[in-house]
Amino acid sequence: MTGIANLKELLTRNLRQSGIYIAFVAIVVLFTALTGGTLLGPTNVTNLVLQYSYILILAIGMVIIIIGGHIDLSVGSVVALTGAVAAVVVIREGLPWWVGVLAAVGTGLLVGAWQGFWVAYVGIPAFIVTLAGMLLFRGLTLQVLNNISLSPFPSEYSQIASGFLNGLLGGYGYDTFTLVIFAIGILGFAYNSWRNRRARIAYNQPVEAGPLFVLKLVVIAAVVMWFAWQLATSRGLPLVLIILGVLVMAYTLVTKHSVFGRHVYAIGGNLAAAQLSGVRVKRVNFWMFVNMGFLSAIAGIVFSARSSAAQPAAGNALELDAIAACFIGGAAVTGGIGTVTGAMVGGLIMAVMSNGMSLMGIDQSVQQIVKGIVLLLAVAFDVWNKKRAAAAR
Amino acid sequence: MAETAPTNILEMRGITKTFPGVKALQDVNLSVTRGEIHAICGENGAGKSTLMKVLSGVYPHGTYEGDIVLDGENAEFGSINDSEARGVVIIHQELALVPYLSIAENIFLGNERRRAGGAIDWNRTNQEAAQLLERVGLKEDPTVPVSVLGVGKQQLIEIAKAISKDVRLLILDEPTAALNDNDSEHLLDLLRQFQGQGITSIMISHKLAEIAEIADRTTIIRDGRSIETIEMNGPGAPEGNLQDRIIRGMVGRDLEHRYPERESHPGEEVLRVEDWTVYHPTQQGRVIVDRANLNVRAGEVVGIAGLMGAGRTELAMSLFGRSYGRDISGKAYVHGKEIDPKTVPDAIRSGIAYVSEDRKQYGLNLIEDIRRNISAASLDRLAKNGWVNEHEELKVAGEYRESMNIRTPSVLVEVNKLSGGNQQKVVLSKWLNTKPEVLILDEPTRGIDVGAKYEIYTIINKLVADGKAVLVISSELPELLGICDRIYTLAFGRITGEVDVASATQEGLMALMTQENQS
Repeated sequence: MTGIANLKELLTRNLRQSGIYIAFVAIVVLFTALTGGTLLGPTNVTNLVLQYSYILILAIGMVIIIIGGHIDLSVGSVVALTGAVAAVVVIREGLPWWVGVLAAVGTGLLVGAWQGFWVAYVGIPAFIVTLAGMLLFRGLTLQVLNNISLSPFPSEYSQIASGFLNGLLGGYGYDTFTLVIFAIGILGFAYNSWRNRRARIAYNQPVEAGPLFVLKLVVIAAVVMWFAWQLATSRGLPLVLIILGVLVMAYTLVTKHSVFGRHVYAIGGNLAAAQLSGVRVKRVNFWMFVNMGFLSAIAGIVFSARSSAAQPAAGNALELDAIAACFIGGAAVTGGIGTVTGAMVGGLIMAVMSNGMSLMGIDQSVQQIVKGIVLLLAVAFDVWNKKRAAAAR
Repeated sequence: MAETAPTNILEMRGITKTFPGVKALQDVNLSVTRGEIHAICGENGAGKSTLMKVLSGVYPHGTYEGDIVLDGENAEFGSINDSEARGVVIIHQELALVPYLSIAENIFLGNERRRAGGAIDWNRTNQEAAQLLERVGLKEDPTVPVSVLGVGKQQLIEIAKAISKDVRLLILDEPTAALNDNDSEHLLDLLRQFQGQGITSIMISHKLAEIAEIADRTTIIRDGRSIETIEMNGPGAPEGNLQDRIIRGMVGRDLEHRYPERESHPGEEVLRVEDWTVYHPTQQGRVIVDRANLNVRAGEVVGIAGLMGAGRTELAMSLFGRSYGRDISGKAYVHGKEIDPKTVPDAIRSGIAYVSEDRKQYGLNLIEDIRRNISAASLDRLAKNGWVNEHEELKVAGEYRESMNIRTPSVLVEVNKLSGGNQQKVVLSKWLNTKPEVLILDEPTRGIDVGAKYEIYTIINKLVADGKAVLVISSELPELLGICDRIYTLAFGRITGEVDVASATQEGLMALMTQENQS
C-alpha cells in the first residue's frame, strides 16, 4: 500500500471522526485570520479555556447520556442549583469553602439519582424527566436563593475558577511548570499511541505507515506545546484546565475500557440485544444520570466560582451548548456512537466560533444564527455519512 | 391450464420476486374464481405473504416479474392506493388500527367523509360506520376508541374498513391466528356471507381444519413456488382426508440441503422443564405456553417444531430470564438443580444461552465491531474490577474467528458489513463465550445461504460432541429432521408430541403441529 493510498484510506474510513478535527483546524485558521491573530494570542487562549470550561465539563456527562440513547435538558438548571447550594453554605452560613464544594457535589448526586430513578426504574423518557427537571431545579434555585443573587464567594472558592499554578518551578517570563506538565502529557500520549500501534500490528490490524505515524505525533506535539507556551507566557496553568484534563482522561478511560462504558454503548447501539446479553439496563441508565448530576455539580462549582456569585438565572441554556457540542463532535442522535474526545472538540469548535465572533465585534444575534447553522450542518453531515455507509454495503 | 375463463376475477402469472440474494417467489401462478373463498397454504417463509404484497401493490409494479390480470385487464399497481381503487383490499396479520382513535375514525382513516369545504362530516362518518358495523355483525358504538376492544372485534373493524372501500377481492393474512374459537367462527361466517354478496376472498391460514371447512379451493406455496391448487369440494376434490392432502403438498420437498453426519451419544439430562406456563404480557388471561414439559440431555440436539404463533420463541425467551411474558409458572432444572432465572444475567449464570431469532434486532449491536459483539454477553468474565482486559478480549475474538471460520479481514470490522451467515457465527461465538450448559438456538439458519447453513450445522455437531445440550427451534422441518435426535411439536402453546427422529416424518410432524385444542 502506498503512503498516499494509506492516508486516503485512513481519512475516508474515519471520516466521521477525522471530519471534526479538520473542521476544528479550519475554524481556528479562519478566525485567526479574521481577528488578525488575536484569537491565538496568549491572553485570549487563556480566556477561552476559562470561559468554556464548564460547557466542556457538562459535555463529558452529556455525551455519555447521548451514547446511551437519552438526553438531559436539565443541566443548566442543575448548574444553577448546585452553585446556589454552595453559595448558601459558604456565603450565608459562613462555612469553609470545601464544605460548599461537598454540598454542591452532594446536591448534584441527589439530582442525578432523582432523574435516574424516573428514567431507569419508572421508564419515563429522559426528554420528559429532564424537561421537568429543568423547571423543577430552576424553581428550587430560586427558593434556595430567595430570588436574589449571593456574592461574593471567599477568594479560596473563587480560586477554583480563576486560580493559576504559576512559578512552581520558576521561569523567565514563562512558567516552566506548565511546560513540564504538558511535556509529560505528550510523552504519555506518544507512548500510549506507540503501544496501541504495536498491539494492532501484533493482531494483524491495519495501521498507518510508519512515517505518517511519526508525522502525526510530531504535529500533535507541536500544536500542544505551542498551546502550553501561550499559557505559560500568560498567567500560567489554570486550575480549571487541570480539573478538565483529569476529567477528560478519566472519562475517556471509563467510556473506552470499563464494563460500564461498554454497557452504555451496548444500550445505545441496540437496547434489545443489550438486554438479552445480560446488561442490567436499568442500573446502567440510573448511574448514567447520577454521573451527569455529579458533573453538573462540578460545572456548577466552576461556574459560580468564576462569577464569584450564585445567581438565580445562572447557567441558563447551558444544556443546549453541551448537547450541541456532543452532536457536532460526532455523537449519533440515535445513540450508540460518540466519544468524549469528539464532544470536547465539538465544544471547542463552538467556543472558538463564539470567541472569534465576539472578538470581531459581531452581534450576539448573528452569533446565534451562525451557531445554529453549524449544529444543523454537523448533524446533516452525520446523517449523510450514515447513508453513504449504508449504500457502500 | 391455458384457458383463461372469464369467470376468473384474478390471474397471477409467472410472478417472480427477488430480494438481494434471495428468490422469494419463483414463477408463481394463482387463479381465483369470482365469488370463491380461496385458501393459500404453505410453511413459514414459503412466500405466501410476499405474494399477497405483490398483489396488493405493497411491492409496486416493476419490482417483480410476471403479470397480474384483474377482471381480464392487466393491473400495474404502483401502491396500495392503486389496488384499493380497483377493489383489492388486504388485511395484514398485524392489525393496522390506531388505538386511540374511535372505531369510525379508524374505518375512514385516509378516506374521510367530508363536507364541501373539507371539514370532516362527523354525522355522516358515524352513521356510515354504524351501518358498516352492522354488516360485520359488531354491536359497538362507533365513537368508542378501538383500544378498548378485544382482538376479535378489532379484526372485524379491519374488515368493516375493507368493505367501506367497495371491496371486491378481500385478502386476509392469517385472520384467525390471534382469535379464539368463537371469534374465528364468527369471522368465517362473515366470509361466507360476503361470498353470498359477491365478494371474493383470499385467505392465508395455518389452521387446516378451518381451511377444510370454508375454502372452495386451496393453492399450496412451497419454497417460493406454486405447487398445486386443490379443489376442496365437489367432483374435483381428492379422495381421503383433505388435511392430510394439504400437509403432503406443504412438506413434499426433496431434501435439498445435506446435513453433516453425527454420531449420537446422549448423556445425562442437562435441562428439564416442567409444567411451564406463560401468559401474554399485555392481553390479560391469554395463555401463550400451556404446561410445557421437556428435557434435553448432554450431547443431544432436540428440536422444537411449530408454526408461527405456536409459542416457540415465547417458550425460549420466558425460560431465558423471563424475557417474555408474565405470570410465568413451572419449574426448570439444569443438571438436576432447580434454577429460577428471574433476569438475563441469572439465566446466563445458570448456564443457559439463547441465540435469538432475529439476529439484527435482538442479537447484535450492528454499529459495533465483531470483537465487542463477541464479548458483549461475557464482559464479566473478561473484566477485572470493572475494567475490561482488552488484550484478552481481542485474543478471544481472534480465537472464535478461527474456530468458527468467521470470514472477515479483521475482528475490528463492524458486524453490519458481514454476510448473514458470518453474523450468525458472531452471535454463536458471543453465546459460546458465556460457557453455557444449554444452548437454545432460535431459527439458527434463517436468512443465510446453503453453504453457511452447512457450517452452522457443523458447529452444532461440534458443540454436542463437546457434551453441550442444544435445543433448536426451526420452521424448516427437513432441517430439524436432519440435525436433531428428538423433536417436540408445539401447537397453539401446547406440546402436542415428542418424536424420535428415526421414526419421524414431515407429514407426521405437520399433523402434530396443526393439531388444535383437545384438552
